[in-house]
Amino acid sequence: MITFIIRRLITTVFLLIVVSIITFAIFFLIPRLAGQNSYELAAQYVGRNPTRSAILQMEQKLGLNSPLVVQYWHFLWGIVAGTHYNSGPSVTYCAPPCFGYSFRSQQPVWPQMMAALPVTLSLAIGAAILWVIGGVSIGVLSALRRGSIFDRFSMGVALAGVSLPIFFTGLISLELFSYKWPIFPNVQYVPITTNPALWARNLVLPWITLAFLYAALYARLTRAGMLETMGEDFIRTARSKGLKERTVVVHHGLRAALTPILTIFGMDLGLLLGGAILTESTFSLPGLGQFTILAIQNQDFPEIMGVVMLAAFFIVVANMVVDILYAVIDPRVRVSLWPCLRSATCACSSGPTTAWSRRWTGSRSTWSAAARSASSASPAPARA
Amino acid sequence: MTSLAIMGLHRSNEGKKGGGTGITGQIRLDGEDLVSASAERVRQLRGSKMAMIFQDPLSALHPYYSVGDQISEAYRVHNKVSKQVARKRTVDLLGRVGIPQPSVRVDDFPHQFSGGMRQRAMIAMALSCDPELLIADEPTTALDVTVQAQILDLIVDLQAEFGSAVIIITHDLGVVAEVADDVLVMYAGRMAEKGSGNDVFRAPGHPYTWGLLGSMPRLDVARVDRLRPIRGTPPSLINVPSGCPFHPRCGYPSQVGGDRCTTEIPVLRETGPDHQVACHLMLAKQQEIWAQLAPGSATAEAAAQAETAAAEAAASAEPGEGVTEVPGEGVTEVEAT
Repeated sequence: MITFIIRRLITTVFLLIVVSIITFAIFFLIPRLAGQNSYELAAQYVGRNPTRSAILQMEQKLGLNSPLVVQYWHFLWGIVAGTHYNSGPSVTYCAPPCFGYSFRSQQPVWPQMMAALPVTLSLAIGAAILWVIGGVSIGVLSALRRGSIFDRFSMGVALAGVSLPIFFTGLISLELFSYKWPIFPNVQYVPITTNPALWARNLVLPWITLAFLYAALYARLTRAGMLETMGEDFIRTARSKGLKERTVVVHHGLRAALTPILTIFGMDLGLLLGGAILTESTFSLPGLGQFTILAIQNQDFPEIMGVVMLAAFFIVVANMVVDILYAVIDPRVRVSLWPCLRSATCACSSGPTTAWSRRWTGSRSTWSAAARSASSASPAPARA
Repeated sequence: MTSLAIMGLHRSNEGKKGGGTGITGQIRLDGEDLVSASAERVRQLRGSKMAMIFQDPLSALHPYYSVGDQISEAYRVHNKVSKQVARKRTVDLLGRVGIPQPSVRVDDFPHQFSGGMRQRAMIAMALSCDPELLIADEPTTALDVTVQAQILDLIVDLQAEFGSAVIIITHDLGVVAEVADDVLVMYAGRMAEKGSGNDVFRAPGHPYTWGLLGSMPRLDVARVDRLRPIRGTPPSLINVPSGCPFHPRCGYPSQVGGDRCTTEIPVLRETGPDHQVACHLMLAKQQEIWAQLAPGSATAEAAAQAETAAAEAAASAEPGEGVTEVPGEGVTEVEAT
């Protein structure tokens, strides 16, 4: 298990490096391939109506005239250890993790993102709790009462939830609960450290709006998973033992049906942490999504790069956590990863290659299929 | 399907609570009627007084729980004991069903067991509460022949040891001959023939039983001609043929005369002591036809008999048996010793 986690961590770091290369290439290699020289590139960093000397100074300061590999190294090193921008007379130090200076505010990007992160974190985690509890329980009940009025009604609502965009449901909920009946008036973000009660009250509407979208999806997925699982032979065995129906459903049915949900949950949460653009815009929450939109509108390259890297970081880490959790939940993955302690077990797990191949081909096939269908069904950043 | 009905596990039991079960007639366990019993009462009996072994032990065991957990769960539902006690009992049971190193293997997961071991674990689970009735639904289908023999020996041994009644459902006549005291041949959800193992194998009275025996290769008789399969295919159980369900595939309606076979459902008739056949053919006619059919009827039939309690085997050929739910109008009686 430890070796597995270490191996997974190494993969994660490697993935992040790849992401950084791609991000860097998009912003520095592609303009060059398109025929832009370093002077024109530097011109974008200076502001409106720049003087030639200011541009040249900026070019030197950012090292735009050095080879791309050196620039990339500089960029990577800045993220890891901070960097000094040397513009001749003045040397500015950018503390790690350094994503450079924003065009707009002339401030380092990282602290700005860190200021926006708690908003997104509050929104995403609160909504995630709501949608997991709501979606899964509705899905289970629907599956158990398949064809009933409850099932039809909740699946109808779920269909609406999947189909309706956030800016529609969000605006409707604002109109109804903030203006018509001011239960949650004056929705704006208040840090949890300032006033926890107000923080929660003002986030209720965004939470519910965002959770509605995902709960609908999760309810449908859980229902499908439960219907499949409850038809399995091991459920019949559980019943034949004389277990209470509740135990059969929760311990035997739901346990097996939840694993694919967990995978999708990891991805969804990872995506949302990178910024729930639509929700944040609808409710004017100053989170990473808003930050991203402003960065794009201002063509603020360092900010865009920073937010892309941060979003990628969340997704990669969420995936890693899911992988590790998967090994914890499913013994077919877990046992093959543990070092051989007993000769009896060793017959089944012979070395890392078989462990990997079994892991990827066998036990994963179900959830990867589910994940594929889900990811095709929900391109989350566009929806949330 | 009949066996699932006994356990109250047939499909209509799922979901709707207290809905019509679709089962009529009587199922009696120790004098208690299970059809009219409440769902809760049947649940309490499941596992404790009656237990079941399923066909495919890999899919019948939960992949996420260790074998030991699953067995002790079965034990703890009906016995208020601590986890440690249940675990001891589980290790003990695993040892009894012949799992090597039970105290180590108890923590293994089903995927780490071989097919035979999984079925042994299923048996251990079924026996955890000393049930009075053990239903084995094709317990050896997923296993190879050597393991089959071991599992059957195990079932017979444990049956002697625990003193439970065992119902084995199988289409393997070899298994029937090996373990059964009493045989009940079923066709399309109905009883065709019922009798001791000896009677059914030596002097079968139903054309379907003849067909089953005729389609079996035999080692003890010189092979004279090809095996004689039963012509046709098993009927759809949604649309069972009128009259005797076997008549479309039977070679003898003409010997009965008239159209009794197509119009009248035959009932079980006594043809000998404890031997009943559901066929319109006259007894003399049955004996006459079987005398012609029986291969090497002089040689002794190797129908070994398990000495102890009543083991009943409902044998039925071809997978058509029990695929769909049969509204059992007939009385299914199970008397436990």
